[in-house]
Amino acid sequence: MTLADTQPQALNFECETGNYHTFCPISCVAWLYQKIEDSFFLVIGTKTCGYFLQNAMGVMIFAEPRYAMAELEEGDISAQLNDYEELKRLCLQIKRDRNPSVIVWIGTCTTEIIKMDLEGMAPKLEAEIGIPIVVARANGLDYAFTQGEDTVLAAMVNRCPDKAPVAETEKEERNAISKLLNFGRKQEEVKAEESEYVNHPPLVLFGSLPDPVVTQLTLELKKQKIKVSGWLPAKRYTELPVIEEGYYVAGVNPFLSRTATTFMRRRKCKLIGAPFPIGPDGTRAWIEKICSVFGTEPSGLAEREAQIWESLEDYVKLIRGKSVFFMGDNLLEISLARFLIRCGMTCPEIGIPYMDKRYQAAELALLEKTCQEMGAPLPTIVEKPDNYNQIQRIKELQPDLVITGMAHANPLEARGINTKWSVEFTFAQIHGFTNARDILELVTRPLRRNNNLKDLGWDKLVKEEAKV
Amino acid sequence: MKLAYWMYAGPAHIGTLRIASSFKNVHAIMHAPLGDDYFNVMRSMLERERDFTPVTASIVDRNVLARGSQEKVVDNITRKDAEEHPDLIILTPTCTSSILQEDLQNFCDRAQLEARGDIMLADVNHYRVNELQAADRTLHQVIQYYIEKARKKGEMLEGKTEKPSVNIIGISTLGFHNNHDCTELKRLMADLGIEINEILPEGASVHNLKNLPRAWFNLVPYRELGMMAANYLQAEFGMPYVDITPMGVVETARCIRAIQKILNENGVDVNYEDYINEQTLYVSQAAWFSRSIDCQNLTGKKAVVYGDNTHAAAITKILSREMGIHVVWAGTYCKYDADWFREQVSEYCDEVLITDDHTQVGDAIARVEPAAIFGTQMERHVGKRLDIPCGVISAPIHIQNFPIGYKPFVGYEGTNQIVDLIYNSFTLGMEDHLLEIFGGHDTKEVVTKALTADTDMNWTKDAKAELNKVPGFVRGKVKRNTEKFARDRGITEITIEVMYAAKEAVGA
Ligand code: SF4
Ligand code: SF4
Repeated sequence: MTLADTQPQALNFECETGNYHTFCPISCVAWLYQKIEDSFFLVIGTKTCGYFLQNAMGVMIFAEPRYAMAELEEGDISAQLNDYEELKRLCLQIKRDRNPSVIVWIGTCTTEIIKMDLEGMAPKLEAEIGIPIVVARANGLDYAFTQGEDTVLAAMVNRCPDKAPVAETEKEERNAISKLLNFGRKQEEVKAEESEYVNHPPLVLFGSLPDPVVTQLTLELKKQKIKVSGWLPAKRYTELPVIEEGYYVAGVNPFLSRTATTFMRRRKCKLIGAPFPIGPDGTRAWIEKICSVFGTEPSGLAEREAQIWESLEDYVKLIRGKSVFFMGDNLLEISLARFLIRCGMTCPEIGIPYMDKRYQAAELALLEKTCQEMGAPLPTIVEKPDNYNQIQRIKELQPDLVITGMAHANPLEARGINTKWSVEFTFAQIHGFTNARDILELVTRPLRRNNNLKDLGWDKLVKEEAKV
Repeated sequence: MKLAYWMYAGPAHIGTLRIASSFKNVHAIMHAPLGDDYFNVMRSMLERERDFTPVTASIVDRNVLARGSQEKVVDNITRKDAEEHPDLIILTPTCTSSILQEDLQNFCDRAQLEARGDIMLADVNHYRVNELQAADRTLHQVIQYYIEKARKKGEMLEGKTEKPSVNIIGISTLGFHNNHDCTELKRLMADLGIEINEILPEGASVHNLKNLPRAWFNLVPYRELGMMAANYLQAEFGMPYVDITPMGVVETARCIRAIQKILNENGVDVNYEDYINEQTLYVSQAAWFSRSIDCQNLTGKKAVVYGDNTHAAAITKILSREMGIHVVWAGTYCKYDADWFREQVSEYCDEVLITDDHTQVGDAIARVEPAAIFGTQMERHVGKRLDIPCGVISAPIHIQNFPIGYKPFVGYEGTNQIVDLIYNSFTLGMEDHLLEIFGGHDTKEVVTKALTADTDMNWTKDAKAELNKVPGFVRGKVKRNTEKFARDRGITEITIEVMYAAKEAVGA
């Protein structure tokens, strides 16, 4: 790679063979069933899907499982059995055992290949058993890893109520977040505070985040007098946000392009295209963009960002001037690379499973701007990478850190390359100002670990042992 | 369709990949959608493999579906052949891609025209067999392929090795304590003066497969992997095999005597009785330990055993014969080989359980309330919920089955390890309990005495609140006892009053 010497003017996009390792998108079940507390996820697939879920999700299955496999057997594949009757039998069993507020059917490669008509069956069965059934086709033929969440949220967009309930009290009941934020305060105070928001069309945020992060981001916007009317997903299916035509929506995750499109096309919402609130730089840009759409001047943001950077300095100085290579796994790669370049790192290559240049436009622009401002070479963005080729490039480039899927971490470490599992960024709390430190905590861990080991020294270890 | 929460044995392609990646310089191409290549993660994470797992997924996506996969699969095979020069490339679909019903043999034939190494399609029915059966079959297939190839070329070596020798068949990657077992078996063979001819498949080279018949006999320590190969070698070359798992002092002795018999029949006069005696009495601490005062407390205690055929059978025998523990039931998830299991364990337990449905296993545990469980990771968790200690004795594998320290299950060191495991399982029950008091474990309460959630009990809001005030570690028990009390009296709704009545009646 000659990237460093040529310094191209625009971002360079490539596409490789797609022989790369990532998780199956059905893994979204792992975090979504925890996020949506009254849900049940039914993955309709083969033993292979089940085995993956079982191993990838480890012990979680033992705690009161709110997901299960509908395992397709030979009779299902050869269409000897009636799909509808079979699914009805299983869903009735789920209703009896768990009584969830919603059953989410997760389609898989197999339901795609045998062309099982899940969307056709769901409404009928839903009417028959009296539990909403949402269909998401999160299969591995069309999607990678985190995009599974995208398919589920896109399906749920269609289920959001389209009218705010009339009674005012009821509305407040429904809005769990405002309730949370106003916890313990008197009605009058809350009312008074309502007026502290600027007058703007309702804003709904989408993307599944742990509850504390939801609160943090909601509060950050509140500081700018912007009110978040709801989140998709909410903590409970019964609390899906109201969506009316003309509402504004903004995503917090870079892998939600279908959800964004569904909001725009099906519900006639306006999408706020912003960089994603990852890292202090991204968070500030995200808030600024939302403010600008609602015509309000952000206040104190620059100070807030500076303050965060200052608190990060002890970590930043560990990585400044070092290089990071993304093999590509969870679609968070662009945002993370942008943040790390802002920290002073260089990044020769960003592998990414899928690149939606429209949905990620603002993020890509910020990446470019960041590189210019930091005097860093622009990375090559490799969509559908080829892991074998990447490993050859890694050998050549010897980056200081490789962010990679789990399959390659130990072999790379054995070859003297520092690695960090990409999947950790999927599960850690990385959004917003407060959590920027957690990203760096993860990124610097291999470097700090190695420093510790180096101080320990192999020779000392051996000699001291010999004395005993 | 069936509702599944948990699988004891993986899908077929996992078995094939375990064999392929155990061999040296063999590569597997998995014809599958993106999300199926979890095998690489397991191998890298559980075995802490330093090398890249020699498995490449040839990805099936929308495009491939539309255009047909032949070109892509053939490309990926020939590319890997050129990049890494493996001796053999094994192509396998997954149960998902096998639905496409493509002529994969034809893909292999096409690729073979260009490839330098050998190309083979794993001959496995992905819907009918599981991981274990597929592994057994693939190992057999690879051996047969190379023996036939050598025969055709006239490269088979005649005759036996000079000194008595053995092939150990069935050691593979991602096997339950396989690595340590293998070391222990090598030691045992060295003690017996037997040379190792080949170990299969772990670390073996396909070039050496033609030497297999030079060994005097085959040793198949695990029922699940290697039997097909051993039977094949017996049919083709009249090679005898020993399929007694040397686990526990009694079975280890039996295994050694079977080996002795084979050697004697082949004109070598060996007598291992002194060795067996010495090992049993002085090297292995197991026999003494079971007679020591520590173990008195275990006598007559109730236990249940569940796992794969090999381990469940062996542990049942050890508990019952060597430690005087009462095995109420012994079970296996190897349904396809149930007859063997029944024959092995029926005289050592009251009841035999053949199922791969974890809820049935859980219910069977809850029903007999044993003092200890010996099972898989799944039973360990069932035990957590029921407050019954569990020793893990069988796959499915877990990171804990790849310990850094030496922990074989077979041979004389294995007997020590197993006795420790058994003894600690019974006594550590109490300490585990303390852990839970301090919130170390999840304390999901059990709804009824059976684990399946078919409860018809209604708790009033107040009663539920009251129940939640009960400390976590006994809450499950209080709930169970209260519900049992109510059910026995035909009460369908549990109020605070019922709770206290139950408490007075049974001390819940
Ligand atoms: S890639 Fe397809 S077949 Fe494989 S686990 Fe995912 S959904 Fe199942
Ligand atoms: S803490 Fe919970 S999940 Fe973890 S091992 Fe213990 S019981 Fe299992």
